[in-house]
Amino acid sequence: MTALLQAEGVTKTFGGYTALSDVSCEVEPGSVHAFIGPNGAGKTTLFNIVSGVLRPTTGRLFYQGQDYTGSRADQVLAMGVARNFQQVRLFHGLSVVENVMVGCHARMGGLLRDALNLVSPKPATELAARERALEMLALVGMSDRVRGAPAALTLVDQRRLEIARALASAPRVLLLDEPAAGMNPSDVNELVALVRSIKTLGITILLVEHHMRFVMTIADTITVLSAGRVIARGPPAAIQRDENVIAAYLGVA
Amino acid sequence: MLLQQLTNGLMLGSTYALVAIGYSLIFGVLRLLHLAHGEVFMVGAFAGLVVALWVSLGPFVAVFGGLVGAGVLGVVLELVAFRPIRRRGGNYLAPIVSSVGAGLVLQEVMTKLFGAEQVGFPRQFASTVYDLGPISVSSSQIFIMAIAFASMFALHLFVARTRLGVAIRATSENLEIASSLGINVDAIIMLTFAIASALGGIAGVLVGLNFNAVSPFMGIDMATKGMAIMLIGGLGSIYGAMAGGLLLGVGEVLSVAYLASSYRDAFAFGLMIIVLLARPRGLFSTGIDGAR
Amino acid sequence: MLGGYWESVAIFVGINVLMGMSLYVPMAAGLISLGQGGFMAIGAYTSAVLTKQGWSFGIALPAGAALAAVAGLIVGAPALRIRGIYLMILTLGFGEIVRVFFLNFEPTGGATGLGGIAPLTQLPWVVIACALAVFVAWRLRASRLGRAMIAIHEDDVAAEAMGISLVTVKLFAFALGAGLAGIAGAFYAHQALYIDANQFDFSRSALTFLYVVLGGPANPFGPMVGAVVVTLLPEFLRVVADWRMTFFGALLVIAAIWRPDGLLRAPTFK
Repeated sequence: MTALLQAEGVTKTFGGYTALSDVSCEVEPGSVHAFIGPNGAGKTTLFNIVSGVLRPTTGRLFYQGQDYTGSRADQVLAMGVARNFQQVRLFHGLSVVENVMVGCHARMGGLLRDALNLVSPKPATELAARERALEMLALVGMSDRVRGAPAALTLVDQRRLEIARALASAPRVLLLDEPAAGMNPSDVNELVALVRSIKTLGITILLVEHHMRFVMTIADTITVLSAGRVIARGPPAAIQRDENVIAAYLGVA
Repeated sequence: MLLQQLTNGLMLGSTYALVAIGYSLIFGVLRLLHLAHGEVFMVGAFAGLVVALWVSLGPFVAVFGGLVGAGVLGVVLELVAFRPIRRRGGNYLAPIVSSVGAGLVLQEVMTKLFGAEQVGFPRQFASTVYDLGPISVSSSQIFIMAIAFASMFALHLFVARTRLGVAIRATSENLEIASSLGINVDAIIMLTFAIASALGGIAGVLVGLNFNAVSPFMGIDMATKGMAIMLIGGLGSIYGAMAGGLLLGVGEVLSVAYLASSYRDAFAFGLMIIVLLARPRGLFSTGIDGAR
Repeated sequence: MLGGYWESVAIFVGINVLMGMSLYVPMAAGLISLGQGGFMAIGAYTSAVLTKQGWSFGIALPAGAALAAVAGLIVGAPALRIRGIYLMILTLGFGEIVRVFFLNFEPTGGATGLGGIAPLTQLPWVVIACALAVFVAWRLRASRLGRAMIAIHEDDVAAEAMGISLVTVKLFAFALGAGLAGIAGAFYAHQALYIDANQFDFSRSALTFLYVVLGGPANPFGPMVGAVVVTLLPEFLRVVADWRMTFFGALLVIAAIWRPDGLLRAPTFK
């Protein structure tokens, strides 16, 4: 099985600070691939690079075998890689449904051609987008909260909304950056169920998380980062026993 | 010839620099584009004029009059036009509207008081011209440059060496953190307005001395150029404003001397666009991001 | 219909509404321009020159708008990397450069300006143009393009990550705004019958900015309300005769304090 998504020798420096150092990894299609590691390990930086928000200083990125290094975030989304954000980044000037509809944009064809739709009352594409948005909201369990302002939602619902928005673009790969942060145990269980249902849709999931029970339950493969380097990779059971991982988290005695 | 132009340019530029510093100071602490600053400059010039007419105690007193007049006006503007907006949690566009309103008021009031025409500024200097080798400078030009550079130096000392100066820099960096460190942010803002406006007032009197005239409309050109200089030097950077002002003064004089003189006023903006495209942060940026 | 004086006032109000809408569009995408006067000048001079050559207004006006829109693309290009106050000052600089250019450009009159322009502006057309502009702005909110603009305005990193092309939307917003200002300029030239560079100076751009921010930049009807209020208020301040501008300025300060988000708020969610 060729990897769906691949990073090769990715290094990222910010001025004098090296956030990632020669990171390589492969993500198999249809899997849940988690990235864990102590704070400052570079996990979110890696996500930012994979999703095109940042450019790597050196290294290459491949999607379905094609080199996409240096692509912008909107180009990456068009490829089929969507994401959420660690600190929730919703559009508060738009309603809940409209936020998800923004996710649909990428699949709606030429944006400027749509400009001509301004004078037509309810073009078919608008209705289709709204329907899809409602479907996504149902998928994340928010059918009863589709109206109103995103700011009025609880943090957990805001995270769900962000995931719905990312799903609306019909991605093949979904990047989830700390989706369980700030959640209580029952919310985490719901999140596990949600991630599983996304997986059954055939979507490959990359996950950054600190919540260990969540990770160990859901992940097929785990890559461990520490101080910008990969220190271990493997299935959950192996990672839990890995000496390097334990040392990284607890500090060498 | 070139040295003469440079000297003239430095003199012109030093007055530009004083005004631009004011914009930078206010932008630094409040992230505000103070569109009435040109009018403060103008009021300072008139304040100096009034002092010169009433007491005829020489140019230093006139400059002091401009300094005080403009400084007080600046504090009043902050209290009346800007602080109430902050109190009510206002956004960053409303204060700009307020500054436009304040500018309109100032301009009409000054026009009513002094008429719409230029008003002569009484001569403060004998028309002595000193020949220093390749260049010649009049005593008024020497005075203008001396005052301008002394003011800039005084500001530098204040900002770099005094506790209040450090407080202003801290507030410019991050208002919330400065506040939580015990800095009385409201007082610092008021002080910043006072200093920025006072410098503008000094510049107004100096310009009035240079042309022997002031007018209620002298602030308009200065306003837009001051903003261009602020951008060239780097938003919020006092030293950038100084350097940018001098650079612009020299550039304008040289462009009049060697290029078409009628495009002089566009020089500022042409330079600004070049800087923006090549180095958006400005030539001497402090790294403060102007984005909101 | 309306008496001559009030018809003229109505036309100027309409022109100002168009200017307000010309800034509303880029501001909806988070791009603030203090240089709309420059685009207005381009539309005014271009259309005036064309009608003087014998072209009809129906050709000259769109031509002026088109040229202004092209200028909008050129000015908008650096705007892609520049934002906030930087962009405001950049556009201010653009407006000043246009002014100084026309001040010196002899073929269009230079400092003496361009006179003898045919009185081709008619109130019904101005009203139609305004109505269309406001209608489009209103419909924009419920459209994909409008949502994209709001998203970019608020968080362009997240917007791009959701697949929105920042370049396309920002350039479009800038060019459309510039084109609207060009239309306003064409109407203005053929109503004022004489134009010179100083009629399109920074105060023109600043007034346009006032229309939008005072009226409410988050509401499609805001700039219209702002333009009407700002244009007509000095008329009603005739009671205070010579101190109109003082009162007007004071009212602006009060309005900024009392309603910092504008007279019209953002429309609430359905």
